[in-house]
Amino acid sequence: MGAVYILWKRELIRYFRSRARLVGSLGQPLLFLVALGFGLGPVFQRAGQGNYFQFLGPGVICMGILFTGVFAGIQVIWDRQFGFLKETLVAPVSRFEIMLGKTLGGATVAFIQGLFVLVLAVIVGFRIESFILLPIALLAMFLIALFFTALGISIASTLEDMQGFQLIMNFVVQPTFFLSGALFPLSGVVSFLSLIAAFDPLSYGVDAVRGSLTGVSHFGLGTDLLVLIAISLIVLAIGSYLFSRVEA
Amino acid sequence: MDNIIRAQNLIKIFGTLTAVDKVTFSVRKGEIFAFLGPNGAGKTTTIKMLTTLLRPTSGAIELSGVDAVSHPEKARKTFGIVFQDPSLDDELTAMENMEFHAVLYSIPGNEVNSRIEKLLSFVELWDRRNELVKTFSGGMKRRLEIARGLLHNPEILFLDEPTSGLDPQTRNKIWEYVKNLNKQTRITVFFTTHYMEEAQSVAQRIAIMDHGKIIETGTAEGLMEQTKTKSLEEAFLKFTGTALRDEEASGVDRLRNHARRWTR
Repeated sequence: MGAVYILWKRELIRYFRSRARLVGSLGQPLLFLVALGFGLGPVFQRAGQGNYFQFLGPGVICMGILFTGVFAGIQVIWDRQFGFLKETLVAPVSRFEIMLGKTLGGATVAFIQGLFVLVLAVIVGFRIESFILLPIALLAMFLIALFFTALGISIASTLEDMQGFQLIMNFVVQPTFFLSGALFPLSGVVSFLSLIAAFDPLSYGVDAVRGSLTGVSHFGLGTDLLVLIAISLIVLAIGSYLFSRVEA
Repeated sequence: MDNIIRAQNLIKIFGTLTAVDKVTFSVRKGEIFAFLGPNGAGKTTTIKMLTTLLRPTSGAIELSGVDAVSHPEKARKTFGIVFQDPSLDDELTAMENMEFHAVLYSIPGNEVNSRIEKLLSFVELWDRRNELVKTFSGGMKRRLEIARGLLHNPEILFLDEPTSGLDPQTRNKIWEYVKNLNKQTRITVFFTTHYMEEAQSVAQRIAIMDHGKIIETGTAEGLMEQTKTKSLEEAFLKFTGTALRDEEASGVDRLRNHARRWTR
């Protein structure tokens, strides 16, 4: 498993060495927290839905993880274009180990990014209601990171250029975020939106983080975690298959 | 003498294009072997198949007695490679790139540092080991790639156009390293280049490839004698003609990419 470890370590070295990426990636979550959290807060409260900032916080944490995780896929295209992928593909290790190392590395980076957003949210005013359930929230955050990193790498392993990846971002990642219940409560929404949300993997991630940090859950924590574990395993299997077909 | 590389009836087809067509050759243990051809001749595709990056459509490859088609992971331990394009991680230091390679090739932990020191000293980069690769010149990156390719003590070293885009001093130095290495360790070197004078002065045997087929194999002197020419470049042009191949080459690349997308 040395290959898995070194590929994981490489992702972390690159992440912590890029201060611009570290700071820059906090900009969007901060904007969502401040603009939406404080901007729509009074309307949310008047509608009898409680504190919107408390509702929005977990959604924005998951957004940070989602975008960082899927963008890990870009690293694969980047490595392919700049030749580094060949160095790993020609090494005497299985493609599964390469895929697993890259996925765990990207997922760890996305998880750390989620932690930074959580700290940022707390600084801005978010309250963690239950510290006992905090480990569950962290587990859910890691599972979201694992799923979306594996998804990003799986998609990237079938693409050769950045343009294709950008299209995927617009048609997959943005809808995944906006239809997940990260920004609005799923209870009481029109039925077609409720149905879409039920098929959106992020819905379960947001719900698990929200349920464990604030005590408000739509699907139930058990369902959320089961779904997250199952889809993570499925996408890892699909990703391993797709990655085994990568040619340099 | 033992053959360490054997390619038998190697064929690679991308869509409707046959990039490599029934290529058969062998390279002896300890030999420096040059693989020459115009752009789009099929050299890089052949190297990619030899190094397990591409699976042949049909045919057999044996590297140091290992079937590289059915046992690619085992075959990968037998060779080191310097690719045509840079394949280093620019955001890591020279040392980190070497350590990364050491772990991928399962080099014993107690040997890693001494091997890295020996090889980085050999390519005169030991003093720059802690600098990020993105600060290196093209020549330094090539030298680092050679050191990295040798870290796991391979029996074969593949060099795909290792000197393209480098100044004459660096090119000279790189071939000096390769010749010294071959002399000291009897490592087998398989290389491609567009610089005919390099092939003439470095290679012990040469194969010329065109349109996916090997059209001639021999020593530089033998090829010149056969074509009644005074340099390898003239002999090469006699064998392959003088027509430009750029358009054909880009066509090959386009088809290859197209085929890849549709076969997935």
